[in-house]
Amino acid sequence: MKHLLSVADLDAATATGLLDTASRLKETLLGREVRKLPTLRGRTVVTLFYEDSTRTRVSFEIAGKWMSADTINISAKGSSVSKGESLRDTSLTVSAMGADCVIMRHPASGAAHRVAGWQDKDAAVTGTHTSVINAGDGTHEHPTQALLDAATLRDELGAIAGRRIGIVGDVLHSRVARSNVLLLSTLGAEVVLVAPPTLLPTGVAEWPCRVSHSLDAELPALDAVMMLRVQAERMHGGFFPSAREYAIAYGLNENRLALLPEGAPVLHPGPMVRGMEIAPAVADSSNAKVLAQVRNGVHVRMAVLYHLLAGAPE
Amino acid sequence: MAEPRRGEVGARELLSAADVTRTIARIAHQIIEKTAFGPGNTADLVLLGIPTRGAVLARRLAAAVTEFSGAAPAVGSVDITLYRDDLRRGPARALEDTAVPEGGIDGKLVVLVDDVLMSGRTVRAALDALRDEGRPRAVQLAVLIDRGHRELPVRADYVGKNVPTSRAERILVRLAETDEGDGVAIERGDGE
Repeated sequence: MKHLLSVADLDAATATGLLDTASRLKETLLGREVRKLPTLRGRTVVTLFYEDSTRTRVSFEIAGKWMSADTINISAKGSSVSKGESLRDTSLTVSAMGADCVIMRHPASGAAHRVAGWQDKDAAVTGTHTSVINAGDGTHEHPTQALLDAATLRDELGAIAGRRIGIVGDVLHSRVARSNVLLLSTLGAEVVLVAPPTLLPTGVAEWPCRVSHSLDAELPALDAVMMLRVQAERMHGGFFPSAREYAIAYGLNENRLALLPEGAPVLHPGPMVRGMEIAPAVADSSNAKVLAQVRNGVHVRMAVLYHLLAGAPE
Repeated sequence: MAEPRRGEVGARELLSAADVTRTIARIAHQIIEKTAFGPGNTADLVLLGIPTRGAVLARRLAAAVTEFSGAAPAVGSVDITLYRDDLRRGPARALEDTAVPEGGIDGKLVVLVDDVLMSGRTVRAALDALRDEGRPRAVQLAVLIDRGHRELPVRADYVGKNVPTSRAERILVRLAETDEGDGVAIERGDGE
């Protein structure tokens, strides 16, 4: 593995290997006095974020630090980006300073692929390889989120193959949904997207999943459900009449929770908008695995850094 | 180069299945004698195997110690992959099981268990891993085979069998839990 840009690049064996490494790391660190592994000593990891983020950036930073890598954070605000530097120049500047890995978040879909292409071209000249991890690019993909969701589902359901997972809400603007559909189907799950027609992307018919518009009809047969945040910041048109109407049709409230099989896990990538896609009572119920997802996020990102950086360069 | 199959024709047997059982029993007796482990003194001893075959050996040793002393020592495993000094020489390796028994290793007498002792680098990595895990009272080392060629100042406290080898030879340890039957064989390799 050279970069992690899309879960489409992961076959079932590689994805399972990453999840296995993540759970080994979790059990290794459990109850330890020193939560630090020497594995990535001397490697430098840079997060380069052109979009706001708390959990993903901090999760990557903690993952890098627990593996003993030096982690440095750059956000577009307050960097040379605001002076007009191009993405290409910024990313090559960072690798020229010695970054072994650049973790990218960008509002444009495909940004991480472009950066990886520039890095590979540069590596062919300089001989020093820089890995790129896509930490979210526009409405395209967010591979480590899908991996941490898969890790959580595997913990909760024992396995992913053969399970039916519902992904509910704003699929149109969600890179989390796209990555999850791809990864979960690669791992053998049956995925059902539940959303109003206005919040589904064109071409969804070709995705490896089924599409439904009725949440109530789907809930009883789901093994787990994943609620998506309604991304108001990406919406510049009338996708649904009102927030209240959305919550009534597609929000997960207590009545709907009762339709799910008992104990079925409820996932949410965060940040949650309580009262919109998820009712406060559901978010605080024992079904909600939001904090388990966050915990798994650190271990999954450690696993990704391990697979990209620990071995010999390819 | 492909890993030769364990127990391949051309390998010379060093220990039979019965020898392996006897050797484990002898090491168990030595551990009991050296650590004064028994029903009156059970709090102290932790056997930690290095996966994969060291972890199997640790479980067998623990069973033997229990049988001979009448008290069960704590047993677990410690994966050393994340502490190896040669990670950058190959593709990323899969991690193995780490299971430190409840009660941890603080203030305990830890006996590390591995199948073959050669360079000592694995043991060095295991000592580093233990350092992050807690602070044992003391650490000892038990190995089934010591084949020499040390590259670090490491010495085993309990040795099943000393086998003088050349670097080109291979030691093939088979244990029923991970392989077909028990046994140890030596095989001429074509150099490293």
